[in-house]
Amino acid sequence: MQELINRAKELLADGTVARVLGWKAGDLPYNPEPAYFESAEELKDFVYNGFCGANLSKYMIEASKLEGKTMVCLKPCDTYSFNQLIKEHRVDREKAYIVGVGCKGKLDIEKIKKQGIKGIESIQGAEITDDAETLTIQTLYGEKTCAYADAMLERCHVCKGKEHMIFDEQIGESKETKDAERFAEVERIEAMSPEEKFAYFQSELSKCIRCNACRNACPACSCRKCVFDSNKFDSSQKANVDSFEEKMFHIIRAFHVAGRCTDCGECSRVCPQGIPLHLFNRKFIKDIDALYGEYQAGADTDSKAPLTNYTFEDAEPSIVGKRG
Amino acid sequence: MPLENKEFKPKIVAFCCNWCSYAGADLAGSSRLTYPADVKIIRVPCSCRVNPMFILRAFEKGADGVIMCGCHPGDCHYSTGNYYARRRMTLLFSMLDYLGVENGRTRVEWVSAAEGVKFSETMNSFVEKIYSLGENVRLGDLRCKS
Repeated sequence: MQELINRAKELLADGTVARVLGWKAGDLPYNPEPAYFESAEELKDFVYNGFCGANLSKYMIEASKLEGKTMVCLKPCDTYSFNQLIKEHRVDREKAYIVGVGCKGKLDIEKIKKQGIKGIESIQGAEITDDAETLTIQTLYGEKTCAYADAMLERCHVCKGKEHMIFDEQIGESKETKDAERFAEVERIEAMSPEEKFAYFQSELSKCIRCNACRNACPACSCRKCVFDSNKFDSSQKANVDSFEEKMFHIIRAFHVAGRCTDCGECSRVCPQGIPLHLFNRKFIKDIDALYGEYQAGADTDSKAPLTNYTFEDAEPSIVGKRG
Repeated sequence: MPLENKEFKPKIVAFCCNWCSYAGADLAGSSRLTYPADVKIIRVPCSCRVNPMFILRAFEKGADGVIMCGCHPGDCHYSTGNYYARRRMTLLFSMLDYLGVENGRTRVEWVSAAEGVKFSETMNSFVEKIYSLGENVRLGDLRCKS
């Protein structure tokens, strides 16, 4: 982290960048928040640790409109989102100075709390430089420990790799944390009977409070005007009046990013209700891979997205019923 | 009146492209071929115009089945519209299946302007399918159902 701060100070001092986009400490030890830093003094609040899960790519849409360059800290998986935004002409590459920061898996405080660890005062072992396999947590009730891997975000268990897809320089070591099959959960649901599938999604989605956090955090979801804000759309800006509205919202939300979703997992990370929203995106990714060839959005900046492309031999929609 | 005494009359929405399927429906009519009156046709400029939201909205508003008809691949009036529509609908239907909605409720058929017979047969078989599946209770607004 100190290396990152020193480099940020250098870049600010020599005028390469006008501001730094990173994370600052929150009011709790586990909730750092995205922030701009415009001077060396402000950088004293800069943090980068295991809880800095936020994908900063989306902030670059606004930062691209500002005067001067912005130094942005991107983790390996965030660079996919950044590439995707370049492809869609939503960010200006010239306005970004990308520092590829190391990552050894990001932490989910909810997973720590689920293990019965309450009253957290401080957490050791979440620093990026630490090589600790366990987190040591000081709580009101004494010291607790938790394995790092058990506290990781779902997306880190299916890590896309430690390579940055795009960067100006790299600081820090990354570690690949993949230890699960990416489509395992999707396949588990696909194998259910229609009644079970329906019951599963009904119970998950009825938790939705329509806070729109999944939409707002998604780097692919960056339209200036959103269909869900249209007053012609019955469920804009209000609670659901029937059981279908949240399903429609989530199907359409995932559909609008189908073929563009890099599977960064921000939707599930930000959901205050803990709905596994990535399951929708991943189902689309799985179908696209199976029907139209393997495709990783954001792996490059010039390939055609699957839904803006076609071949004469594409499968007919009736394939859905035939697959069984 | 209690629900079980009511005869089930399905509501079926058919999105037909202006250039092929809508003309095909017209031909079915002028050839005196019959298809069930449960089918309500909505004319769209191209099958590609059908937004996934249209289909979900139709279900939300009480449709029991939604069918989309367009020009045969390769015959699109706008050259490529139906190729894009084909990919979109495949993904959408797969998603509905994933959510536990019976996939017999959605269908895509390619019907040209010369295929009045195919139009009538398609609609007859689709309506039959919807009769066998019964009322759509998984999707849709349950408030208006008595």
